[in-house]
Amino acid sequence: MQPGAAPRLELRGLSKSFGGTHALRGVDLSVLPGEVHGLLGENGSGKSTLIKILAGFHEPDDGELLIDGEPVRLPLAPGQFRELGMSFVHQDLGLVESLSVLENLRVAELAASRSRFGISWRRERRRARETFERYGLRIDPAAAVGDLKPVERALLAIVRALEEIRAVGRGQGLLVLDEPTVFLPEEGVDRLFALVREAAAAGASILFVSHDLDEVREITDRVTVLRDGALVGTVVTGETSETRFVEMIIGRRLAALPDVEHADLTEQRVGVTVQGLTGASLRDVSFQMHEGEIVGLTGLLGSGFEEVPYLLYGARAASTGRLVVRGDVLELARLTPTAATRSGVALIPADRKTDGSVGSLPVVENMALAVLDRYFNGVALERRRMRRETGAVMRTFDVRPDDPSLPYGALSGGNQQKALLAKWFQTEPRLLLLDEPTQGVDVGARQQIFELIRTAVAERGMHVLCASSDYEQLALLCDRVVVFGRGRVWRELVGEDVAKERIIEQCYAAMAAEVAGVVA
Amino acid sequence: MLRGDGRRGRRGRRLSTATERSEPAAPTRARSRPLLADLLERYALLVVWAGVIVVFGILRPDTFLTTANFSTIFGSQAVLVVLTLALLAPLTAGDYDLSVAATLTLSSMTLAILNVNHGWSIGAAIAAALAVGLVVGIVNGALVVLLSMDSLIVTLGTSTFIAGVILWISDSQTVSGVSESLIDYVVVKQFLGIPLAFYYGIALGLAMFYVFEFMPIGRRLLFVGRGRSVARLSGIRVVRLRWGAFMFSGVISAFAGVLYVGTLGSADPTSGLSFLLPAFAAAFLGATTIQPGRFNPIGSIAAVYFLVTGITGLQLLGVQTFVQQLFYGGALVLAVALSQLARRRDAPASD
Repeated sequence: MQPGAAPRLELRGLSKSFGGTHALRGVDLSVLPGEVHGLLGENGSGKSTLIKILAGFHEPDDGELLIDGEPVRLPLAPGQFRELGMSFVHQDLGLVESLSVLENLRVAELAASRSRFGISWRRERRRARETFERYGLRIDPAAAVGDLKPVERALLAIVRALEEIRAVGRGQGLLVLDEPTVFLPEEGVDRLFALVREAAAAGASILFVSHDLDEVREITDRVTVLRDGALVGTVVTGETSETRFVEMIIGRRLAALPDVEHADLTEQRVGVTVQGLTGASLRDVSFQMHEGEIVGLTGLLGSGFEEVPYLLYGARAASTGRLVVRGDVLELARLTPTAATRSGVALIPADRKTDGSVGSLPVVENMALAVLDRYFNGVALERRRMRRETGAVMRTFDVRPDDPSLPYGALSGGNQQKALLAKWFQTEPRLLLLDEPTQGVDVGARQQIFELIRTAVAERGMHVLCASSDYEQLALLCDRVVVFGRGRVWRELVGEDVAKERIIEQCYAAMAAEVAGVVA
Repeated sequence: MLRGDGRRGRRGRRLSTATERSEPAAPTRARSRPLLADLLERYALLVVWAGVIVVFGILRPDTFLTTANFSTIFGSQAVLVVLTLALLAPLTAGDYDLSVAATLTLSSMTLAILNVNHGWSIGAAIAAALAVGLVVGIVNGALVVLLSMDSLIVTLGTSTFIAGVILWISDSQTVSGVSESLIDYVVVKQFLGIPLAFYYGIALGLAMFYVFEFMPIGRRLLFVGRGRSVARLSGIRVVRLRWGAFMFSGVISAFAGVLYVGTLGSADPTSGLSFLLPAFAAAFLGATTIQPGRFNPIGSIAAVYFLVTGITGLQLLGVQTFVQQLFYGGALVLAVALSQLARRRDAPASD
């Protein structure tokens, strides 16, 4: 960071409204050369709108933009950001999986190479290798992007963005990282951060947009927080506590997190039993769930825990294993989602967009899908009743806006997740399987979701199994946490041990044991 | 403290099993818009259709604006209506069925050969023709669903295969002399001045509308097409529904073949194949009207008659026959373009 120099990027009084809603109201932002600057805020706080204005996708109503101290006329034309030395890496990375690393790396250049007759692939490969070396990476330029690990893909996307900036030759530029880490496992995030730090040390400015407070605190020098389209403030990361950040983001003083009591329910009657579950990465896993208990499953990447919900639902084939839900015995090798549903098992998958809902269809149709037969009177679907009752359920679950005819995709992430919970709660499941239930969900909605799950367990006697790599979530939600290592159960944490630090500790202990060969 | 202990997903784990590359891109309609814009979109095709009728009515009042002309338009195109309706089930389920026109032709040839050459009663011959359609549907569905093959490729293959079978069994000859009673019940008998064939198409369309809109299975089929993984994880029997959609299109295409024989009084080995493009054009054009964004029976019927009215009018103006292909081909591309525009407009703004 070079304080005192003109900011690489400065926005003054940026405003934008869509119809009647103000997405941004007079927001200021300045990113210094060589700085990693965080942009934080809940869903709908205006982060994306701001980024889209920089990308030339939206026209601001008002505001000024200065790059390296020089005013630039707004709105920007689409693509103009390149000339200004900016580059974007979005969550989806914008890579073509079926093409090679090299082709992806050079895509912009190749698309623009009007003057060249042929491409010397040998030379391009050499150049690509040199580029990767410069960033201390070892990626084979000839590999297909689809074969890369998620981390390598993210690194490739970032290197490409940095190279694009270099090619413009306008200083060290500004790299905008829009939620780049959501697809990455723990170890990958560290590698990505190393690359970001290196780029910043070389003088590039980085605008880092993320939901993840921990990550933002780790990587950024300063942070700007937005709430409801307005600037809350810009603070120096090292001088700001976690609680202060949360307050800035959600705008009310957070009652000290309720001291979650973790009752030991292992003496209660057993309601759900998993026996001898073996899948692609699981070996002979057995565990039980007691009445009124919320059980968490976790582990490091590759430990196999993430497979469990899908195997118990028949969404993926298990090689052997048996699930007993209140007396119903399900053979997991032959289980189908249809049969699982019939036995009162429900799954809320992690990938809402692909597996959970159809964004272009109305909320009512998405939610009623699980209970269609209830609205069929033998002759016709009672569509009016369907809409009315779905609307009522939406209000109970505080899904906003509560208009059932809206397309599902128009809801924010948190509301989509609440609607999915509502969809499955209607079926009165006996066993609810959750995978990363609050991914991409803002802080407020997260609390609500926990509350809804707890209420369902208390009032309806539902069994809840939650697979997650969010240790804080597990500590807040679960009564017992099962830690996995190398496809087996490593430890069960109960009572006071259900705490973030203990869970992390055991996850790593499981891995260390793997390395030492103890578990094998 | 251990670093980076935050919410970190293992996303990108997709559960989708089969190749989902070439789902028929039904246009997506979304978000509530002003009522007027909505109504306009919904009924634009009907308004244009009325406009076309008025224009031709003024230009050719003596030939175009006659009961006989409309009777012909409505009666002769029942085959295309039924074939388009057959397509809707697989399209809604997210699969293409390119074999519908070949199935139609195979059914008509089977019917004619059994009835004329082998002396089967007309009823038995019809039943056999429909059974042939069912077999085609079962084979298509099995290949697509059980082997997870791309429906486009499978039905392109079976379609060509069937065309070969037709030439083989018919010896490349037209078979005529089909029982008069079939022709009676298709084009000769009329109700309100329009041949019965028209009413078969309308009845089928209404029945399908009812199933799509008012039966749980219609809703499920919609989700199978729009979000196969969502449907599967909601406990819907995706395999069964997709396979069923192919069987439906097979049987209904065969029924279109029966009507085709009833319209012509004979079966020839190739002319039925040319129905494929008009059927797709009508299905996609139909998805821009009545219930924009969904393949829908009523919209499809309206689309068929709109296209045919245009072509008939132009022919009465003395335009040459190639206009038919210009019209159908252009309409298909235009319909898909319109639905793409609608999709772009309706893409929910994400934050």
